[in-house]
Amino acid sequence: MNARAAIAPAAARNPVNGARRGWRAALRDEWRMASLTVKLSALLLLLFYLFAAASPVIAPYNPARQWRELPDCAPMRPHLAPPSEWRRGFIYAFPMRLDNPLARHYVEDHSRRTFVRFFDRGHLFTTAPGAPPFFLMGSEGLGRDLFSRIVYGARVSMCIGLVGVAISFSLGIMVGAFSGMAGGLTDSAIMRVCEIEMSLPSFYFLLALAAVIPSGLGTTATFFMIVAIMAFISWAGFARVIRGMAASVRSAPYVEAARALGGSRRRLLFRHIIPAVMGFAAVSASLSIPGYILGESALSLLGLGIQEPAASWGNLLSQAMDPQTIAYFPWVLAPGLFISATVMAFNFLGDHLRDRFDPANSG
Amino acid sequence: MLKFLLRRILIMIPLIIGITFISFAAMSLIPGNFVANLALDPKISPQVLKQMEAEFGLDQPLLLRYARWLWGIAHLRLGVSLAYRVEVAHLIGPRVLNTVILALSSMALSWALAIPIGIIVAVRQNSILDRTLSFLAFLGMSVPAFFLAFLAIDFALWSGWFPIGQTLSPDYATLDFWSRIADRVDHLILPVLVLGLAGVASLMRLMRSQILEIKNADYVRTARAKGLSETAVFYKHVLRNALNPFVTMAGYSLADLLGGAALVESVMNLQGLGLLLLNAVLKRDVPLVMGSVLMGAVLLLVGNLLADLALIAVDPRVDFATLEAQ
Repeated sequence: MNARAAIAPAAARNPVNGARRGWRAALRDEWRMASLTVKLSALLLLLFYLFAAASPVIAPYNPARQWRELPDCAPMRPHLAPPSEWRRGFIYAFPMRLDNPLARHYVEDHSRRTFVRFFDRGHLFTTAPGAPPFFLMGSEGLGRDLFSRIVYGARVSMCIGLVGVAISFSLGIMVGAFSGMAGGLTDSAIMRVCEIEMSLPSFYFLLALAAVIPSGLGTTATFFMIVAIMAFISWAGFARVIRGMAASVRSAPYVEAARALGGSRRRLLFRHIIPAVMGFAAVSASLSIPGYILGESALSLLGLGIQEPAASWGNLLSQAMDPQTIAYFPWVLAPGLFISATVMAFNFLGDHLRDRFDPANSG
Repeated sequence: MLKFLLRRILIMIPLIIGITFISFAAMSLIPGNFVANLALDPKISPQVLKQMEAEFGLDQPLLLRYARWLWGIAHLRLGVSLAYRVEVAHLIGPRVLNTVILALSSMALSWALAIPIGIIVAVRQNSILDRTLSFLAFLGMSVPAFFLAFLAIDFALWSGWFPIGQTLSPDYATLDFWSRIADRVDHLILPVLVLGLAGVASLMRLMRSQILEIKNADYVRTARAKGLSETAVFYKHVLRNALNPFVTMAGYSLADLLGGAALVESVMNLQGLGLLLLNAVLKRDVPLVMGSVLMGAVLLLVGNLLADLALIAVDPRVDFATLEAQ
């Protein structure tokens, strides 16, 4: 939510009497003004960030735990327990029994029930240690709980946008603002470099660079390699836009005044030019987050990104690369729904922020 | 005109050197190479590996290898693929054709859908139709092309109407001319639907905002004031100007299309540049990777150049001088 935080100061004054308000009040007003879709998007993102921050609590099981006897098991239907059994749990499901191991065909075993227990042993919901598992979204080929893996996968997908934007944002804003302020030969040289960067066939380039990531690297290191590669590809477009704004701010009266008063270059850059382009930069940063999420998913999907056994929404989806899997076990597509929902929420939110804070671009 | 073309083509050279050098360095800096992958196979003796390494020139320094590769390119030789032991050009040629056909037909589909829908929506601004379609466009923008591809495969499996995977049928070589075209189209429908639909939403939004902006321009009011019919105003003034950014977009969206095509090819298992590149990257087949990256870059740069030329043809306000000044 860095975009929101960066913007809050801009709205921190009461437009009527100019009195300063706290950022809480500003945020409350923003919330009141937002449309229903924007509110829902914000709540959805909040939920997914909660997934990422508290995955051990929200995931019912350890994402690496394998139930070898239950591979490719379908999602289980939860049933409401009758009040007489509420001491054992409110929700129960029938355990699945592998009927035909070759076709991975399951039948519900109605002779037994497995009770879902809430707030048990540090999990939001889980089943008793010895009891059969409850697969909310089914299990994958090795019998691991898909929902738990999705919750852990949120860590990668939800963070990659923020980290990537933070890198390309700071790089782009520094280069762009400097270039716009400097003008002349420096400016055009920097802009040529940016144009070269922008005309790269980005996905081909991304594929070729992703080969750099050694396969033995840990998940965290791989994560940062991916972010670095994508930020390296995408900072230039950002720098160009910032440069355009900085160039127009450069001759604004207040910057001229600061220069006439003897303000140093650095002071002009940090006190006047960068703050002036900040609002716009924050908006376009929030609009570029989905690109990172999609990029990581695509790489992991193709087996070049986050590697097993670690989970990311992209590599969970790579199971679906086999048409047979999609046909018989359609629930493996669930991570794709999570990716789509996240991207959609970021799009709605970014669009709203643009309407609110970027008067130049109200289209 | 000639000077402009010459300049643009000359600018491409350092660009291509930059792109290929970075990719080359990236491929070479990582520990391990094509031969090292083979070393995992106990059936291949160390002597053979050494010999292969020398044959492929993998024991030489990076800059020398790059210079050699560049020298080959200057003579229009892409080199020999390490994995397939075939000229890279033979491997890439048909794939480039497939990818270009896929990208261009998807572009045609998304334009054919996005422009009319964008117009209808803009003409009925704020109607229920506009709101519904704009909302759907937002949903459409958010569904990644690869996810759509999965759904398409699911649909094909369920309905049985479309072939899954592959760009051509196995018996393609035995078919006559018209059956060949029919075969290609049959295999193309699903990927084009996926890629084309993925692009519709953002183009439609662009068309809508363009028309809304131009509808209130001074020259449109003037055209109305001098008594032009509403149809003439719309087609000659509003629509023509609204389409200009699409011409520029065509060049730049080629990058997205090639990238999207690469992903969709990999997911749907189509014989295109993207899948070839992916496999080459995984096998560390340097000449093949470099050839694919080079082809991607050339396609993109030529696409941008063509788009600029088209813009000059369409928009009288733009000429060679203004494009150079940018």
